[in-house]
Amino acid sequence: MTDVAEVPGRTGPGRQRAIVPLLGTVLQRLGLGLVTLFMVSIVIYLSIEALPGDFAQSILGRSASPETVEAYRQMLGFDRPPIERYLSWMAGAVHGDFGSSLTSRPGAVRAVSAIIGPRLYNTFFLAAMTAIIAVPLAILLGALTALYRGSFFDRAVNGLTLMTISVPEFFIAYILCYLVISKDMFAMTQLGQLLPSWLSSGIGSVLSLMPKLPTLAAINESTTIGERIWKLLLPSLTLTLVIIAHMMRMTRAVLINVLASPYIEMGRLKGLSSAWIVFKHALPNAWAPIATVVAFNLAYLIVGVVVVEVVFVYPGIGQLMVDAVRSRDMPVVQACALIFAATYIVLNLVADVIAIVTNPRLMYSR
Amino acid sequence: MNASKSEPRQKGAPLLQIAGLKVDGFSDDRWHPIVKGVDLRLERGEILGLIGESGAGKSTLGLVAMGYAKPGCRITGGSVTFDGKDMLSLPEEELRLMRGSRIAYVAQSAAASFNPSHRLLDQTIETAVRHGLLGRRLAAARAVEMFGKLRLPRAAEIGFRFPHQVSGGQLQRAMTAMAMECRPDLIIFDEPTTALDVTTQVEVLASMREVVREFNTAAIYISHDLAVVAQMADRIMVLRHGIAVEEAPTRKMLAEPETEYTRSLWSVRAMSQAERPETDTHLSIEGLSSGYAKSVKVLDDVSLKVQRGRTLAIVGESGSGKSTLAQVISGMVPVWSGKMVFEGQVLPSGFRGRSRDLLRKIQMIYQSPDTALNPRHTVEEIIGRPLEFYLGLRGEERDRRVVELLDMIEMGSQFLDRLPGELSGGQKQRVCIARALAAKPSLVICDEVTSALDQLVQTEILKLLDTLQQELGITYVFITHDIATVRAIADQVVVMNGGKLVEQGSRAQVLETPQQDYTNLLLSSVPEMDPDWLTRLLAERRGGAIAAAN
Repeated sequence: MTDVAEVPGRTGPGRQRAIVPLLGTVLQRLGLGLVTLFMVSIVIYLSIEALPGDFAQSILGRSASPETVEAYRQMLGFDRPPIERYLSWMAGAVHGDFGSSLTSRPGAVRAVSAIIGPRLYNTFFLAAMTAIIAVPLAILLGALTALYRGSFFDRAVNGLTLMTISVPEFFIAYILCYLVISKDMFAMTQLGQLLPSWLSSGIGSVLSLMPKLPTLAAINESTTIGERIWKLLLPSLTLTLVIIAHMMRMTRAVLINVLASPYIEMGRLKGLSSAWIVFKHALPNAWAPIATVVAFNLAYLIVGVVVVEVVFVYPGIGQLMVDAVRSRDMPVVQACALIFAATYIVLNLVADVIAIVTNPRLMYSR
Repeated sequence: MNASKSEPRQKGAPLLQIAGLKVDGFSDDRWHPIVKGVDLRLERGEILGLIGESGAGKSTLGLVAMGYAKPGCRITGGSVTFDGKDMLSLPEEELRLMRGSRIAYVAQSAAASFNPSHRLLDQTIETAVRHGLLGRRLAAARAVEMFGKLRLPRAAEIGFRFPHQVSGGQLQRAMTAMAMECRPDLIIFDEPTTALDVTTQVEVLASMREVVREFNTAAIYISHDLAVVAQMADRIMVLRHGIAVEEAPTRKMLAEPETEYTRSLWSVRAMSQAERPETDTHLSIEGLSSGYAKSVKVLDDVSLKVQRGRTLAIVGESGSGKSTLAQVISGMVPVWSGKMVFEGQVLPSGFRGRSRDLLRKIQMIYQSPDTALNPRHTVEEIIGRPLEFYLGLRGEERDRRVVELLDMIEMGSQFLDRLPGELSGGQKQRVCIARALAAKPSLVICDEVTSALDQLVQTEILKLLDTLQQELGITYVFITHDIATVRAIADQVVVMNGGKLVEQGSRAQVLETPQQDYTNLLLSSVPEMDPDWLTRLLAERRGGAIAAAN
């Protein structure tokens, strides 16, 4: 006897993958990303065009003669119409050539890509190091707080991460530096003097267990990888404390939502353990929103860490952009802005792909 | 088979014994008793039917048998003994190891109870593998065998599918296979066929019954439908408001129910309206085709006529296109081809092309009053809004009319300031009816309006709709999957299947002398109050199939 209401055609071959629709979606998103990037480039260009004052004048100073200024303008190509300049800039940018910096001098041309390249590498290095620490930690903490919701552990983790996200990042950086610096002499510091002696000596002995982390992250080409990681521990710890709360809270909220699903109760009635239920049954259904938040925070690690770079004197791209703005080095500013926009677009694309790949309903057709 | 049904197959201590069980549930900031002292005894291999309306405590009772209290519930008294073990004092870890392996659970909504992220086979064998009872390969082989026994198509392959890739009936079978995987002593079936179409329900019931009998598994079968329970259970217990009202062997319960309450459980089946006389055509639909997103065709060449002041019932299973038809009439879904004539004028496709007066004349009542009412609007706002929008009533006139409408739905003015959350399911549906009536419609489309309600409440709502029709002369288009409802209220009946109109005619014609095979199948699949119904039906169908083959 067969099922009357059930369509036999639905039961095709067992394991079939639907890669083609996935590829289509990715290509479509990629195309949209390029369109967005193109529009962002126009916005960047126009807003820099709209800045008041004359670049040549401001670089050469008030005392420069009008002839010198005019000659300089011609050298920079400012005598050409804006559209023409934009198109040639874009044509170059597509090939990875962002023009030459305004700090170039005749005979010593400095390509923007050569200035940005090492700085970008530094920034990516710090971002990657932070992500490797922060993302798994945030997801693990989110899962654990969801599992032990309402417990002391949950409240403690929530309170602590909320505290670290509420404090300005430079302040966290300075506190960490303070702890490192005062680790061997906490009892002698002003705070140590104020506290009762047993407490300050206790804190002192805890602090003395901490390694003597470098508080300056000054590096150059000759720095080895190992040294680089050692010097970046404190900056990445700072950034971890800044971004962990957002990701952890999102993980927790999504998981709590998923944990209310009937299939989770079914898991309990099937006699599965709580940890298994959270990691095997709840987490796979929570990746999409978590990926979005992680992408958002990773983008922040690349475009928003200038303050932390300044505190630790780390030569990242954020500092470069700030310096370029100050010195009116517009080609560098434009290139940085374009890279930042591309970062957001690419990371969001990755989050979208994760959302699709982790959802069988989108991956496998009926 | 039936002779052994009324007595347990194995003697000795009962498998499950519940005594004086009390459970509290937390809602509205305080604890309410849900189960108020229930005694229950189940022998090995016996099937006990638990029946009652929503809120009777039957699901809670079923779960307590597993030593499990739902979130927001607490066990306050009594004892639960399973196979000599006190389930209420065992440590959680020991209970966990018994769940899924010695006591298994089959949930109402298989679609929601399977994890969408994992393949069916992995979920089926999970407990056996995690509890270390079977190796993966052996467990998988056993699951495939059980898929076959439950008549899942392509048993060897279906396990590699994800839940969204199989139908509801197949999921429910897969869930039964999951429950059977560890060969448990007891299975709790919690309304396992309630969400299924009748024709699917027959098949699923038959395969469940077969497997449970074959392995001599004891079961508690929870349902609100006495006719369904009667096919499965040796013994039936009726629960009401957390108290066991009546308990008897199945045959005795059906033949001579002792309490008034038990008799009322099949009240809708007893209800039947006198057929109203023929009138002129109110709405006619000719060659209508429609669907979604320009490519998914749902309705294919549908033609029908609705007569003024009468009730047309559109019957069909899920996916038959009956709800889409309602949405096309109301203008929510555009017409692809064909035409609709309403009160002598062509009805424009899509609500944007209709005048406000035309919109006013066609109103809808929905299946789920919970989602059809804005939870933050009071009853007065809900009913008052169409009065302002369609009729332009303001101030005192509007307020008076709201109270009038509340009286019409037999509720009264004390409900004016209530929010939907403070009303019962039946009251919410009444408010939905009042909201539709507020516009003074001439045609009301009722889309499965009683499906989400308990039997007794269903009867009340149907009676109310009938009274209103007699007073106001409204035409009803009544969409339903439930044949008992059709029998209760319809003048004309239209049967739909796969987007096509299968059969139409007067109620007597369609229900008593169906001409089409599909109508026959649909009607014969409706469970009857007879414990032998399923056995007889299966024998008949098998006989029919053999005859057809010859």
